[in-house]
Amino acid sequence: MCRLFALTSKEPVSPMEAIKALDVMKEGHDGSGVGIMLRDLGGPFEEMKDAPILSGIFTEDGIRRLDLFMMDQGFMTKYKVSIKVPKTNTSGIPRRGLYLIRAYEYPESWDGLDKGEVERRLMMTRLKIREMGEEKRDMIVFSFWPDTIMLKELGDPMDVGHYLGLDRKDLKARVIMAQGRQNTNYAIDLYACHPFFIKGFTTMTNGENTAFIPIRDFLSSRDYPGYTGYHSDSEVFAHILHYTMEGLGLGLDTYKHVMTPLQDKTLEKHPDAPFLKHLKQSCRQLIIDGPNCVIGTLPDNTLFMAQDRKKLRPGVVGGRPGMFAFSSEICGLDAVIPDRDKSRDIQPMHLDTAIVSPDRQEVKICRQTEPLALPL
Amino acid sequence: MSANRTISPSTLSLKDLPWQIDWKKDRCTLCGQCTAVCPVQAIELGVFRKRNLVTSIHRVEDNQTSFETFYGIRQKTTIPEACIGCAMCAMVCPNDAIEPTPSTGTPRFRFHQDQDGEPRKRGGRRNTTESLLDQIKFIRISMLTDPALDAGRHEFEMRSLLGRVLPPEENMRRLRTHGWIPPVREIYPLIIGGMSFGALSPTMWEGLQMGVAYLNEELGMPVRISTGEGGCPPRLLRSRFLKYVILQIASGYFGWDEIIHAIPHMKEDPCAIEIKYGQGAKPGDGGLLMWHKVNKLIAAIRGVPQGISLPSPPTHQTQYSIEESVAKMIQSMSMAWGFRVPVYPKISASSTSLAVLNNLTRNDFASGLAIDGEDGGTGAAYSVSMDHMGHPIASCIRDNYLNLVKIGKQNEIPIFAGGGIGKNGNIAANAAALIMLGASGVQIGKYVMQAAAGCIGTEKERCNVCNLGICPKGITSQDPRLYRRLDPEAVAQRVVDLFVSFDMELKKIVAPLGRSTSLPIGMSDALGINDYAAAERLKIKYVV
Ligand code: SF4
Ligand code: SF4
Repeated sequence: MCRLFALTSKEPVSPMEAIKALDVMKEGHDGSGVGIMLRDLGGPFEEMKDAPILSGIFTEDGIRRLDLFMMDQGFMTKYKVSIKVPKTNTSGIPRRGLYLIRAYEYPESWDGLDKGEVERRLMMTRLKIREMGEEKRDMIVFSFWPDTIMLKELGDPMDVGHYLGLDRKDLKARVIMAQGRQNTNYAIDLYACHPFFIKGFTTMTNGENTAFIPIRDFLSSRDYPGYTGYHSDSEVFAHILHYTMEGLGLGLDTYKHVMTPLQDKTLEKHPDAPFLKHLKQSCRQLIIDGPNCVIGTLPDNTLFMAQDRKKLRPGVVGGRPGMFAFSSEICGLDAVIPDRDKSRDIQPMHLDTAIVSPDRQEVKICRQTEPLALPL
Repeated sequence: MSANRTISPSTLSLKDLPWQIDWKKDRCTLCGQCTAVCPVQAIELGVFRKRNLVTSIHRVEDNQTSFETFYGIRQKTTIPEACIGCAMCAMVCPNDAIEPTPSTGTPRFRFHQDQDGEPRKRGGRRNTTESLLDQIKFIRISMLTDPALDAGRHEFEMRSLLGRVLPPEENMRRLRTHGWIPPVREIYPLIIGGMSFGALSPTMWEGLQMGVAYLNEELGMPVRISTGEGGCPPRLLRSRFLKYVILQIASGYFGWDEIIHAIPHMKEDPCAIEIKYGQGAKPGDGGLLMWHKVNKLIAAIRGVPQGISLPSPPTHQTQYSIEESVAKMIQSMSMAWGFRVPVYPKISASSTSLAVLNNLTRNDFASGLAIDGEDGGTGAAYSVSMDHMGHPIASCIRDNYLNLVKIGKQNEIPIFAGGGIGKNGNIAANAAALIMLGASGVQIGKYVMQAAAGCIGTEKERCNVCNLGICPKGITSQDPRLYRRLDPEAVAQRVVDLFVSFDMELKKIVAPLGRSTSLPIGMSDALGINDYAAAERLKIKYVV
């Protein structure tokens, strides 16, 4: 089972903190890969919160094609982090081209567009680059979004951390998500690695998604270009989140009601029963059934953890005002926030969504049986 | 018949019949029970003459001949009296002296059933054991990467939706603006399909209704039953149990006068209205209730004269186009109940089903589509229709579901599959396979008759006289002497047994696949089949 770790901190911290947590949870993953997402960035990116950042891996040809494409679109490079990998090979990590983290200036022609349109275009640009890359196998793109960096690579998380030099000073963030994978399929495609990102929504999961096919079919038939990919059965969790919040305009407290609705007997007693009944029926194809612990972030940097209907995966949340972490195991939490009040650690159960909002003051438990903050 | 007499072409010998009676003289007590019970008078008391020769080793004059008569059972060879293999004689015989045995060759009888130019009609089934559904295996077993669930202990919600489900965005919008939201029923995915009051005996109908009521009210299983085309007894129409009933309207409109008049008196809305355009056993042909079964009660409920055959036309005579059928009929039925009741058509599986479905997707009032495959059963049909007409259910359901996926409406219009589910006894496996191919639920008929009432029809040309009103089990007869054999309470008990055990078997299928919180509609990655062409056609895995 893969191990998950996420943290949210008032002060920017190095991604190595999360890597450290994955390292102590090593018994639970086989070191076959790691994925990291950084948001609410510190360092030089602090000054350019609005600039979209492209994260991905490119061959030399790929970079040339990317530059041509981006120039053509009118994007100008604003800032870049150059990741220099060691000359000697590290066992388990494949040799690839360039790991790219590059912030862009928006094209002038985008001036005056409303936020929704800008966001749509950013997504379409990412999808276009991905499509071009898949054609010639020379570009892999993880995200293209303001204030967001994403890295994925095969190998042991600690090794990958050192290999990519993630301990560098200019790479710091206030929200970090990291997953150490447990390999269950050999031909690993980096697009199958967590976390998954769509328009500011990110999720990572462990466990198997047994209802994957009907969910994938439902999402891909929504006529929404971003609902694509699905190299991993877990990618749908990010898309369900996006669909719930942006597509349906609902709050985070409904995410679990979409994926793991209450059973009818309990639902009938819920104060928002009529609404929830309609939600359950019309989103029936999005019901998950696997053993899954989902950790995610929202565009406003809220961090949350939600469990499957039977709570078959471990997950713990703890910390102190200013810094909270979400972890598969308590040892991961201990490694990063040892000085917290451990008696206040929370293990969200089958009805719970544990939420830490961007002010990072407390862990809020949102239970499915409670009234919803309905945007109706 | 003597050897020197002419024989007519249709003079048959015992060997030409599909069933031969094996009677044991040494065990028979001549009680006459078998001849009394035989539904087709295939056997009668026979007087046999036997000559005994005693030859002497001495003089030829000492040779003796004597005659003896003895009594026994004689099987008749006329076409209408040919044994149907029902084995009622064996059932009633106190000494196990008699039983039917199937003919080993091709019974020549087949070629003579069209006496007076009237092709063979029968009730029952297609009489073939082949079943693609039986070949489908569930291959995606949760092993270590995710835990298999526990069918006995975990919570399960094996429910389906019947009704037009709006797309989520539209549903939320109408909730906000208090717009009309189509009625949706939450039902159990195993539905008792349309078998009319008339086709079925009163005791059978009562037993089914009682079983369904018990499942709903005592066990909390929202099981639904379709009336078939024959109306609904007035008392049921005015009772609270109506909510468990799907009222069927078909091209003969039998019983609808009564139903329409009962609307103001209904305490509950019916579960749904099913408009039957076709059925799997005799696609393109209407219902048929033969005159033997149209007694006073049936005639009253259906609003017809007594003792006449009731063939329904193949199409609804008031409708000549799909627009009319879909728009007019569905809309007017919805309107009759104030748009509170789901209305959906039932059609025979056909290569044209997709066209029907596409039309339904554009009609806001269409609440689903029931498709009945070639293996569907019937109370009466021409043999040729039953044996050779129709489309297999699996690929029809799959095509329709994938078409809905293509247009993104797979959650909006539920498809229900019928025809041949459990034909060889594997009801839960067949139902689960169809659900994973894309059905929202399945309708069963013959299986209920077999399991809940002891129908002795099999896929091996046994019995099948449902059309003649002489059902030896009292299931499809209107003759009180016969239907009194069937105890409605016992039928109800068996209906409950059937559903409860089905439920457990369904859990035993979905739990190892790691599914429990919702019905795995369209979970085709769980399916495999050892037939390459079928796997390609159904878009599931080929496994050997
Ligand atoms: S098997 Fe049925 S039809 Fe045949 S002789 Fe016996 S009772 Fe009559
Ligand atoms: S037992 Fe009755 S219902 Fe069953 S096949 Fe015979 S006649 Fe038909």
